[in-house]
Amino acid sequence: MKFKNIVIPVVAIAVALIFGAIIIAVMGLDPLLAYESLVQGAFGSVYGVTTTLAKATPLIFTGLSFALAKKTGLLNIGAEGQLYMGGLCSVLVAAYLPPMPMILHLSLEILAGFTGGGLWGLLAGWLKVRFGSSEIITTVMLNYTAMFFIAYMVNGPIIEPPGNLPQSKPIPPSAIFPSLIPNTQLHLGFAIAILMAVFYYIFLWHTRKGYEARVVGLNPEAATYAGMNKNRLVFLIMFLAGGLGGLAGSSEILGIQHRLFQAFSPGYGYDGIAVALLGLNSPIGTVLAAILFGALRSGGDMMQMVAHVPLAIIYVIQALVIMFVAAEYLFRRFGGFKQRAAKLLKGAGKHESV
Amino acid sequence: MSLSNLASTLSSFINTDIQTAMPIMLAATGMVFSERAGLVNIGIEGVMLMGAFTGVAASFLLGSAWLSLLVVIIIGGILGLFFTFLVETARADQVVIGMAFNLLGLGLTTMLNRALFGMNTAPPKIESFTPLHIPVLSDLPFIGTAFFQHSSLTYIAFVLIPLVGFIVFKTNAGLNLRAVGEHPRAADTVGINVIKVRYIAGMVSCMFGAVGGAYLSMSQLNFFTENMTAGRGFIALAAVIFGKWSPWGVLGAALLFGAGNAVSYLIQASNSQIPGQLVLMVPYVLTLAALAGFVGRAVGPAASGKPYIKE
Repeated sequence: MKFKNIVIPVVAIAVALIFGAIIIAVMGLDPLLAYESLVQGAFGSVYGVTTTLAKATPLIFTGLSFALAKKTGLLNIGAEGQLYMGGLCSVLVAAYLPPMPMILHLSLEILAGFTGGGLWGLLAGWLKVRFGSSEIITTVMLNYTAMFFIAYMVNGPIIEPPGNLPQSKPIPPSAIFPSLIPNTQLHLGFAIAILMAVFYYIFLWHTRKGYEARVVGLNPEAATYAGMNKNRLVFLIMFLAGGLGGLAGSSEILGIQHRLFQAFSPGYGYDGIAVALLGLNSPIGTVLAAILFGALRSGGDMMQMVAHVPLAIIYVIQALVIMFVAAEYLFRRFGGFKQRAAKLLKGAGKHESV
Repeated sequence: MSLSNLASTLSSFINTDIQTAMPIMLAATGMVFSERAGLVNIGIEGVMLMGAFTGVAASFLLGSAWLSLLVVIIIGGILGLFFTFLVETARADQVVIGMAFNLLGLGLTTMLNRALFGMNTAPPKIESFTPLHIPVLSDLPFIGTAFFQHSSLTYIAFVLIPLVGFIVFKTNAGLNLRAVGEHPRAADTVGINVIKVRYIAGMVSCMFGAVGGAYLSMSQLNFFTENMTAGRGFIALAAVIFGKWSPWGVLGAALLFGAGNAVSYLIQASNSQIPGQLVLMVPYVLTLAALAGFVGRAVGPAASGKPYIKE
């Protein structure tokens, strides 16, 4: 990653935090105390750090999901739906298969989650290739379809007997993601997420298919000219991106919730878009951006408690970060304007000296 | 069930359908403008939410429903200006900015709602749009309940449908609008100011979206709750596509999707065995089917989603 590239996200975060501080101050609260308690809550203790990483885990998956599709020139807005389908498939394997050794159980449910999300992503890829439907719209529609499908499942077919609450039965101990550090929320899912970031790097930069994906993303015409099969690549990438989205659901259900219920994601799929954007679609950047957003969420509780700033401020900060990063063209143009102005002034100075 | 019972159930069902359809229809009608101009705004959900809150807050502070509607329209216009600035002038990705709008809407309204009304208190009494009593018509059996016991905002929304249809398909301005969405370069060549058209379309669509949100909080209901739009912006997006980017199509789609909602309420209320969640899924599945060409082909404007860069 070039230094020049890192400047924009860092500036965007700084400016968003300043705007956030202004809003907090306008509400008559103390912005310094708010941010201090936010940082304290997110990083000030072992509990804080592990919670931050636990909250970052689903965002790493959904961030990589969006980033992988984006690298191929596809906009996967569907991580939210893929997450729900992944969660569902994992729970079906986790809670409804006969008892088996832990290692086998864990492998099967992870595979199920990846496949469930992957097929949901593949559906959008198929609609694009077969009918030319924009994946932006189809993935949005598939998100809501998946969300209501999960709601239906936990209200009917897989409701926990006797059926008082709309949720599945709990998953057995052999299916639960083990903790990485005992007595914390940090679970196996985080390790898998980091592993996926590594795979993401290897796939895109060290495999033939990954190379083709990047070429298609950069210049679709050149890819066609070079004889690459674009359609098959769309299938592959939407399956893989969907699978990553699915793992976000698996890890949240198997690592944190331990059962399926409706609307279990507070928008992790959509947050992944911001994470990938802020991380410039690079594996390290995506992981770091996910940890930042995880910190906002885990420190937010402390901020609300100590500084009485509503947790909702983190949505505002997140939105502002996205806007500033996405509008980087404006920064560049403004930067260019400054350079031109400097040149002009220099020229004017010369003129005067003559 | 006797015949008169059935008639009264049906008429109140139509009444509920129209009310649930209105926020979706208003937002979707506005999106006919922006989509036709080549703007994809998936942030309309956030715009609706901000409209819903602005309506309640302004009515609470100003004490007038009509004045607050004016404030809602102004706020909608500002949001549209901001959106178009980001995606056209700053050339940011429309989808990404749309997502940011949704987050911004959720965050700002939740915070401001708590700042203005406090937490866990009963919602304040506000001036809202109550059903009008039209002499004779409202008292008609069946038809009265179904069609003539609505708020003034509902009738205005219905009048907007032919008006928007006329503007988009029968006027020069509408022709320019569609040209900009189909082939901006060609439109530019014949002297249409592409950027200006997109700014206007973006602002108008967000005004409609904000009013759609305000309908929810000031006519269908008369209070604001956190995240009360609950995905209606996305249903509106589906309605635009299912309605083939025309206001009449949008009207049909919104009434159909609204009926789906009304049916799912009925199911939940009657404790029936039919799963309401599957009914709620229908609008999205239908739209997917339309996109795939199973229910009439849905093909959007060609230049959707890309900023126009003059050469």
